[in-house]
Amino acid sequence: MSQDKSLNSGAFGVSGTGDTSGYGGLVRNKVKPGSSERPFGSYFDDVTDELERAFPEFNDAIEKVIVDRDELTLHVKASHLFDTAKKLRDTETLRFEQCMGVSGAHYPEDKNRELHAVYHLLSMTHNRRIRIEVSIPDSNPHLPSLVEVWAGCNWNERETFDMFGIIFDGHPGLTRILMPDDWPGHPQRKDYPLGGIDVEYKGAVIPPPDERRKYQ
Amino acid sequence: MSHDPYASTRETTEGTVYSVTGGDWDSLVTEIGATKEERVVVNMGPQHPSTHGVLRLILELEGETVTETRCGIGYLHTGIEKNCEYRTWTQGVTFVTRMDYLAPLFNEAAYCLGVEKLLGITNDITERASVIRVLMMELNRISSHMVALGTGALELGALSPMIFAFRERELVLDIFEMVSGLRMNMAYIRPGGVAQDLPEGATAKIRATVKELRVNFKDNAKLLIGNTIWLKRTKDIGILDLAGCTTLGVTGPVLRATGMPWDLRKTQPYCGYENYDFDVITADTSDVYGRFLIRMNELEQSLRIIEQACDKLDVLEGQPVMVADKKIAWPSQLALGGDGLGNSLNHIREIMGTSMESLIHHFKLVTEGFRVPAGQVYSAVESPRGELGVHLISDGGTRPYRVHFREPSFNNLQSTAAMCEGSQIADIVGAVASIDPVMGGVDR
Repeated sequence: MSQDKSLNSGAFGVSGTGDTSGYGGLVRNKVKPGSSERPFGSYFDDVTDELERAFPEFNDAIEKVIVDRDELTLHVKASHLFDTAKKLRDTETLRFEQCMGVSGAHYPEDKNRELHAVYHLLSMTHNRRIRIEVSIPDSNPHLPSLVEVWAGCNWNERETFDMFGIIFDGHPGLTRILMPDDWPGHPQRKDYPLGGIDVEYKGAVIPPPDERRKYQ
Repeated sequence: MSHDPYASTRETTEGTVYSVTGGDWDSLVTEIGATKEERVVVNMGPQHPSTHGVLRLILELEGETVTETRCGIGYLHTGIEKNCEYRTWTQGVTFVTRMDYLAPLFNEAAYCLGVEKLLGITNDITERASVIRVLMMELNRISSHMVALGTGALELGALSPMIFAFRERELVLDIFEMVSGLRMNMAYIRPGGVAQDLPEGATAKIRATVKELRVNFKDNAKLLIGNTIWLKRTKDIGILDLAGCTTLGVTGPVLRATGMPWDLRKTQPYCGYENYDFDVITADTSDVYGRFLIRMNELEQSLRIIEQACDKLDVLEGQPVMVADKKIAWPSQLALGGDGLGNSLNHIREIMGTSMESLIHHFKLVTEGFRVPAGQVYSAVESPRGELGVHLISDGGTRPYRVHFREPSFNNLQSTAAMCEGSQIADIVGAVASIDPVMGGVDR
């Protein structure tokens, strides 16, 4: 069975667009939100102002500021991620003392910025939330680890490494966390198919559902 | 030790590895006692009655003292986040409800609030739908806390609290069954509202259950609060202070046990929680007992919210439970028949017999789904275990581009090492039980 294992395919023998209705054609217009203009509204102006004041390299570090659906996203350069994170935590007027998690995203069409890491920060002191996003090329997927800033990033970074293959430099033990240690590939990348993995149990091999029978 | 292919002793570079299958403890102890090594690494789980699910703990021991703790997780990884990318936004609910299987409604609520934020329809959700969501979530908080308290006590050797806790949980599950047709994994909360309205007489039945639960909770409390053995097993055990919670991203009862009154229902209200009268329960002991007390007392607060929700629902009788936008609202209203929840016969009659347009509309929306404008959001709810956050990315299509769950169990479980290292091996069980991790949520 020849199958295009690229974006959005491979599920239960589906090839092409995966549009089971036949009506929509499912042509997606990918729109990337641009940078937002001041004033951002809400507490977002305060946060960016305070960060700019506390962080001399602000203009180098922050690529763009996006305010969308009442949420603030700071796009940070990978080289400045660690310093920015530290400033966000330590500056008294910002005080993002909790990192709620690290999430990855894979945009194969975004050349040289294929892999994104997204950090959701919470300030319990000021009751605020922001998001910082970093993009790195697939060819050199390295990011500084933030475990030193927020110890809780430990498992989150391991998960992002496991699922997306982002390597967090300086992590105390960057190993797979959800998948088995000897698993090949990073399952949540877009070029990784859904299904398509043989199940092995005590020497017997059972083919994946999409190869057991032709559903097409 | 006699030769057994599944429980043999072998030499490795790290030392001798002993395997046990149970029943051979005497020979094992003799054998280990003969070695000079003081340090023993014990593998506890993933199949172990006291590790709260398929959690594997790797413990380094010196005598009875734990010097190092590591968690091995991933035994229940189901790839739900990846699967969501291949199904419509509405179908995602069916997946996410199965993550933290003890708090399915919270998974659904967090996910749906995220989808609604992406769609920009947060303010269009009818009040009745929001109140039903709150009602169901608080009922779910009770059933989840009941399992936490019951199994927590069971793991520490107290059998009776578990039996009573599951009796209470059953009452709540009966309500779930009455409302949604299912006791667990009900996919009841949907983007835009809830799957169907409450059946007739539901609020009266819920009020009666609340009354019963309030009496029963007093019995439950008597079993453990002030119980000498329970106090000895939980007081000053598994301590994690506010600084530890903050840096490790720990939320929920573990955080509130440090005295920090952080509850998203109060601090960042959603679903109209600001309109309910309830207290945030805290403790100041930072230990297992404090977390136990918080869960016990949160039950009463949940009952208060449920009563208020019932009052609101009586006033809001007849209001729709789905957004008016027919491009989002699932066309088929479900109906509860004698054989369970299914498609409403009236709807089937309409699409099959009267209206071709309705059939096309139904077909399009059910198979292809609705489009969600591109962008990303993070929405969080206070689940029984802490902050349950969902990070959704849409590329403008009918399916999510990325779904990521910030699971409180996952983040809180990280604190096991901080709580357990330096303590006795028996206290690990109590500490892990007080985190109340649900492995379905941890591994997703």
